[in-house]
Amino acid sequence: MSPPSLHTAGHVEAGPQDHAHDDEESHGSRKGYWVGFALSAVLTAIPFWLVMTLTLGKQATALLIMAFAAVQMVVHMIFFLHMNRRAEGGWSIMALLFTIVIVGIALSGSLWVMYHMNANMMPMQAASDMG
Amino acid sequence: MTAPVVPLDRDQFHLAEEPHHPEGSSTMLGFWLYLMSDCLIFAMLFATYGVLGTSYAGGPGPKELFELPLVAVNTAMLLFSSITYGFAMLSMTEGRRGATQGWLAVTALFGLAFIGIELYEFTHLIMEGAGPQRSAFLSSFFTLVGTHGLHVTFGLIWLVVLMVQVQMKGLIPANRRRLMCLSLFWHFLDVVWIGVFTFVYLMGMLR
Repeated sequence: MSPPSLHTAGHVEAGPQDHAHDDEESHGSRKGYWVGFALSAVLTAIPFWLVMTLTLGKQATALLIMAFAAVQMVVHMIFFLHMNRRAEGGWSIMALLFTIVIVGIALSGSLWVMYHMNANMMPMQAASDMG
Repeated sequence: MTAPVVPLDRDQFHLAEEPHHPEGSSTMLGFWLYLMSDCLIFAMLFATYGVLGTSYAGGPGPKELFELPLVAVNTAMLLFSSITYGFAMLSMTEGRRGATQGWLAVTALFGLAFIGIELYEFTHLIMEGAGPQRSAFLSSFFTLVGTHGLHVTFGLIWLVVLMVQVQMKGLIPANRRRLMCLSLFWHFLDVVWIGVFTFVYLMGMLR
């Protein structure tokens, strides 16, 4: 008897709260967009400048621009996509984390496996290049 | 005593959920899940490019083909369109239809500029003989960047359709929901573009 009614009460309370929260935060603020824009502009300009001038070595530049890309993606997620731990009752961030895990496995796995395939197939490739 | 309790329970069981799920309340989460699956498509295309990106088949490589200033301008176009779409969403929240339409139009212009520059780049490459059929590197390049461009193109079509909708019916809840979906889509494409300009163009110039 009582568990179902508790369940009902929980839903009644949770519903309006969720909606109020959505309306407050899901569109962001003008300041938030400007901050995101300024950060993105800087995080885009620096990698382009690094590659165009090549002030650092190639290895260091490659690592740095990957780091800048990762940071800029997070900036976009927070300031433009308004991602946070509470959006849609936490399901958005769960889906995002799951996707990041899958993308990480697929990308690193593909590159890793195919690199070693290439390396191990080298004699045959060399033979076909000659022939 | 027990007889009236059973139907009451049954009534509660049905009523508990229904009133709190108005039309479209699950749309945003559903659309987010679509974007995540779209993200997987792009991840596969990035992986393909990562594997094939150095197979030039004796043809031209990134250094001979890519023009970084053009890519920088394109990146700026997409970034500008992201913030103007953000302003459209803010105007929408304030209920100002004219301002919303204005910002949407500006967003569309930046999006058009992006597509225009990309098409110019593509035709330029194809005219030079560096089309998708030239090498595995160029096939994967055109597939990855072309898929992103196609997404932006469909985003533009969607944007124009929504502008017509807003003009005809105003900022009704259904239109607000649609604009929010397109907002996610548009900003998501900008996130994918960060990956494209970093891994394809900038890393390509470092090879």
